[in-house]
Amino acid sequence: MTTNTPLLKADHVGIQFGGLKALSDVNIELYPGELIGLIGPNGAGKTTFFNLLTGVYEPTEGSIVLGNEKLNGLPPYKITRKGISRTFQNIRLFGELSVLDNVKVAYHSLARHSILSSIIRLPSHFSGEKEIEEKAIEFLKIFKLEGFMYEKAKNLPYGQQRRLEIARALAAHPKLLLLDEPAAGMNPQETKELMNLIAFIREKFNLTILLIEHDMSLVMGVCERIYVLDHGQLIAHGTPEEIRNHPKVIEAYLGEEVS
Amino acid sequence: MELIQQLVNGISLGSIYALIALGYTMVYGIVRLINFAHGDVFMVGAFVGFYAITGLHLGFFPALLLAMVVCALLGVFIERIAYKPLRNATRIAVLITAIGVSLLIEYGMIYARGAQPVAYPGTILPDKKIELFGVTISSQSILILCTSIVLMILLQLIVHKTKIGKAMRAVSYDAEAARLMGINVDNTISATFAIGSALAGAAGVIFGIYYIKIEPLMGIIPGLKAFVAAVLGGIGIIPGAMVGGLVLGVIESLVSGLGYSLWRDGVAFIVLILILIFRPSGLFGKNVKEKV
Amino acid sequence: MTIFKRINGFWLSMVLAIVFFIVVQLLISRGILNSFYINTLFYMAINIILAVSLHLIIGITGQFSIGHAGFLAVGAYASAVMTMKLQMPFSLALLAGGVTAAVAGLLIGIPTLRLKGDYLAIATLGFGEIVRIILLNVDYVGGASGMTVTHLTTWPWVFACMLIAIIVIANFTNSTHGRACISIREDEIAADSMGINTTYYKVTAFVIGSFFAGIAGGLYAHNFYIIQPTNFGFLKSFDILIFVVLGGLGSMSGAVIAAILLTVVSTFLQEYPETRMIIYSIVLILVMLYRPKGLLGTQELTSFFRLRKAVEGGKQNDNKHTVA
Repeated sequence: MTTNTPLLKADHVGIQFGGLKALSDVNIELYPGELIGLIGPNGAGKTTFFNLLTGVYEPTEGSIVLGNEKLNGLPPYKITRKGISRTFQNIRLFGELSVLDNVKVAYHSLARHSILSSIIRLPSHFSGEKEIEEKAIEFLKIFKLEGFMYEKAKNLPYGQQRRLEIARALAAHPKLLLLDEPAAGMNPQETKELMNLIAFIREKFNLTILLIEHDMSLVMGVCERIYVLDHGQLIAHGTPEEIRNHPKVIEAYLGEEVS
Repeated sequence: MELIQQLVNGISLGSIYALIALGYTMVYGIVRLINFAHGDVFMVGAFVGFYAITGLHLGFFPALLLAMVVCALLGVFIERIAYKPLRNATRIAVLITAIGVSLLIEYGMIYARGAQPVAYPGTILPDKKIELFGVTISSQSILILCTSIVLMILLQLIVHKTKIGKAMRAVSYDAEAARLMGINVDNTISATFAIGSALAGAAGVIFGIYYIKIEPLMGIIPGLKAFVAAVLGGIGIIPGAMVGGLVLGVIESLVSGLGYSLWRDGVAFIVLILILIFRPSGLFGKNVKEKV
Repeated sequence: MTIFKRINGFWLSMVLAIVFFIVVQLLISRGILNSFYINTLFYMAINIILAVSLHLIIGITGQFSIGHAGFLAVGAYASAVMTMKLQMPFSLALLAGGVTAAVAGLLIGIPTLRLKGDYLAIATLGFGEIVRIILLNVDYVGGASGMTVTHLTTWPWVFACMLIAIIVIANFTNSTHGRACISIREDEIAADSMGINTTYYKVTAFVIGSFFAGIAGGLYAHNFYIIQPTNFGFLKSFDILIFVVLGGLGSMSGAVIAAILLTVVSTFLQEYPETRMIIYSIVLILVMLYRPKGLLGTQELTSFFRLRKAVEGGKQNDNKHTVA
């Protein structure tokens, strides 16, 4: 499976806010099909790193390359179209929209009918909308969310909201999926289901996944390789086994671990 | 010399803007609300001052004090009735409420006393012209400037040296944490409204003395411009509001001085849009990005 | 089943609209309606155009613009210049009013729509004031004393423009483009991360909204005999804002109903402008305190008649009809 060309390469990436260095000299390589963990104590810069990858912030140093395209300076929506999509630590669904419409939004960039054709209701509008709707429903079925199709997203139970957010991110057809603490706020049962879901989608969509997680045991269980961030710098990188025994990791987490 | 004359006029006008802008900035800093009614509190202050001088035959300082007290009470009243129940509502809801309160005060005033303007009596303050290097400065404007400066210094003392000032700074930094630290957030917010409104009331009296004519809709334009001044200086930052007010006053006077007095009102808004586009955090502000 | 219900719903409302149009037209031509009622009807339709155009910007896209009267003014003056100074026909004048306002919307939208919430509100307010001050100072359009305009607005014009505005904005909303706008309203950062070009859609919604405000301006100008900069101050923007807020942010039918109701109310209170403003402001404050989502919330009137509460759903049905 793993080839020698990385899907994503972050090369000496860093960012400064004012005088504050939030991240510096981060080197990460992700190969197609991998499930990689990114861990670190609170405030280590994990989410900031996601924000750099997705274009919410622009790195002040280093480069981010997807396939062979440089992503630096692209706005988030272009990066999404190039194949990186994400979920958020604090769920960001479109609350007033229905579950179906949430997924439809992700299909927007595939729509070929123009604004004008929608306004005067040309045939291309109907076929375009139909295509989006069919795809979105199909997708909801995969995630077993079709029963909630017409519910407002904000009315879903918490666990289903997380599920929907992952479904929505996947509907944008990413090559690389970034999950920001997907298990936050879930009970052990829900977490287990979530892990099965992640394994399933990875198989089904042939995805590369980068996962931020607080829960060490969870990451250790599913990830093939793990990167560890602390104070804005990578302090370790390796297999779960290597990470577990890495002195720097133990030091960073000492008295920090939340279980 | 013309230039310096305009500069002097600009500073007088600017100090009025600054006084109003302070209220905007303090309130925004603490509850993130653009208090549209603030300009109308300024108007009420002007009328209280007028009636105190003509009806109660008070002198300048007692009238100023009375206007400040009445406006402080009005500010707290508005906050308690209209804004407090909306503490957790959407920003749009709060903004619309503020617009509603503003209109209510304006048209309530017109309903109560009619829309006709009245003139401040010109005899409250001695009005001597002082010639300095060819520039005429009236003793009035010096007194006005001094009053404004004293009020601003007082405000700085309150914010930095008193317990309530400390509470205000704490709440504006993080209301939730302040609450956990035992600060009475509601009272602190009310105090902020009281102080800001008192300053607007003072500005109202000063405006009346300086520009003579007052009327129920007089608060709209100075209110908006004071807001521009607050944005210019960096909203939420107290020294920023003072500098922003003065800068705006001077710019306006210079534009009038150059013979474009009809465009004077437009300039403030052009300044506003430019500053919002190029430096939305204002002259003294820090750029804060939304947390993702 | 539901397929034909939906389609029929659209055509049914079209037929009703046309019947209403013909009835009113007959009443006018037979002289049964006096000028007071005619004027109120015209005013109502113009207000509906303004309400739905601002609804697209605030209710759908979530961009808090409070300078809508600025676009109304641009449209009014542009169309008045066309008919009065350049002797162009009314149809072209209306179009010119819309296009000029749309261009103004584009010019002001591109820089300011990067701003969020309060800042955007203030910037648009500033824009509205700037327009007013410019009109006040340009002698070509009469300065403070304004322009005299011939009465050209007729019932067919008003009604057609209103219907077009409603259909265009409804069709836009019920498409992937409208969904993109709603997603921006709901969560701009998430919309961005879903591949939505947020700037593009904010500006587009703004331009479409400004266009129809400009059309409304053309109708407005040619319905009165004179237009002056003071007609287009902040209070006018505020009037339009109330339609949208009172009707329910995000509900087009709510905005339309609010526009109708408030036109009637303000017609009756015409003699007492202060009372009108006091009532308006108290209503506004009370609505915000006790029912901040407005009359209909984000719901549409039609959804109350349907069992399935689909905000956007059901589009599939329209498709099948055309495909079949």
